[in-house]
Amino acid sequence: MQIPYITEERPDTGLTNSKLGIWVFLASEIMLFGGLFSAYVFLRIAAPEGDFAYWGSKLNIPMATINTLVLISSSMTMIMSWASLKMKDFEKYKMYMGLTLLFASIFLVIKYFEYTGKFHHGIYPSSSTFMGIYFTLTGLHMLHIIGGMIVMGYFWLPFGNKMWTTEPERFTNRIEIAGLYWHFVDLVWIFLFPILYLL
Amino acid sequence: MSDHDNGHIQEHIRVYLTVFGALAVLTLLTVGVSYLNVSSTEAIFLALTIATIKASLVAGYFMHLITEKQTIVWLLILTFFFFLVCMFLPMIYDFDHTRLS
Repeated sequence: MQIPYITEERPDTGLTNSKLGIWVFLASEIMLFGGLFSAYVFLRIAAPEGDFAYWGSKLNIPMATINTLVLISSSMTMIMSWASLKMKDFEKYKMYMGLTLLFASIFLVIKYFEYTGKFHHGIYPSSSTFMGIYFTLTGLHMLHIIGGMIVMGYFWLPFGNKMWTTEPERFTNRIEIAGLYWHFVDLVWIFLFPILYLL
Repeated sequence: MSDHDNGHIQEHIRVYLTVFGALAVLTLLTVGVSYLNVSSTEAIFLALTIATIKASLVAGYFMHLITEKQTIVWLLILTFFFFLVCMFLPMIYDFDHTRLS
């Protein structure tokens, strides 16, 4: 069965079904992270004076700053991979998508060193309320990075990108949709970084 | 979007690069201001303002929200309203708590 309105816009919404779909999904993601951000505010208000600042000061700001720049760069290469397809340059697409995957991997490696660094110092999610919400928020965010990498990896590898030769417009839209998700993951980190590391 | 010619896309890429530069500068700025000796209320205000500007740049340009269809804008306005409710719940608790003690 052919999925309707994948490359042409549906007359009543003015959108392709895939684009409306991803935005509804992202709206649900806003609520998922919103609930946890709300929990963060709640716990911070109820915590003893200076408790969040004390535990927050144990986090590694330089590492998180580099990771922020890495994620922003990955958003940039992601949009370049889509723009390359728009310009019908498949080789450039593969290069930029590869770079996006590389940046995502660098993010995970840095995050791995951050986590294990904490564990070596005997700091676990159970150590304090702050660490509990820190590991929950960054852990959920990390799962989103891994999820994005699986999808992007599929579109990068030959068996996933062969659609370019048969249905180029549909493939380009797929990359745009994957990009919308990826930018959202970047956007969540933009808020996580200051509230966990800097405040 | 399929009627974009190469020149049009080149123009977009310049915008993306500018946004990328702005995001990098704002990241360093938010780290910089976190070392300023200000009250915690001011620090929260500064950090959230910079984060909101960065988020708007990502949503507006990378996610094309500025030129996106109204359907999506309304969907997000509705979501944002419920998000705000989420954010206000702890505040309501706090008001209640303060009055009792």
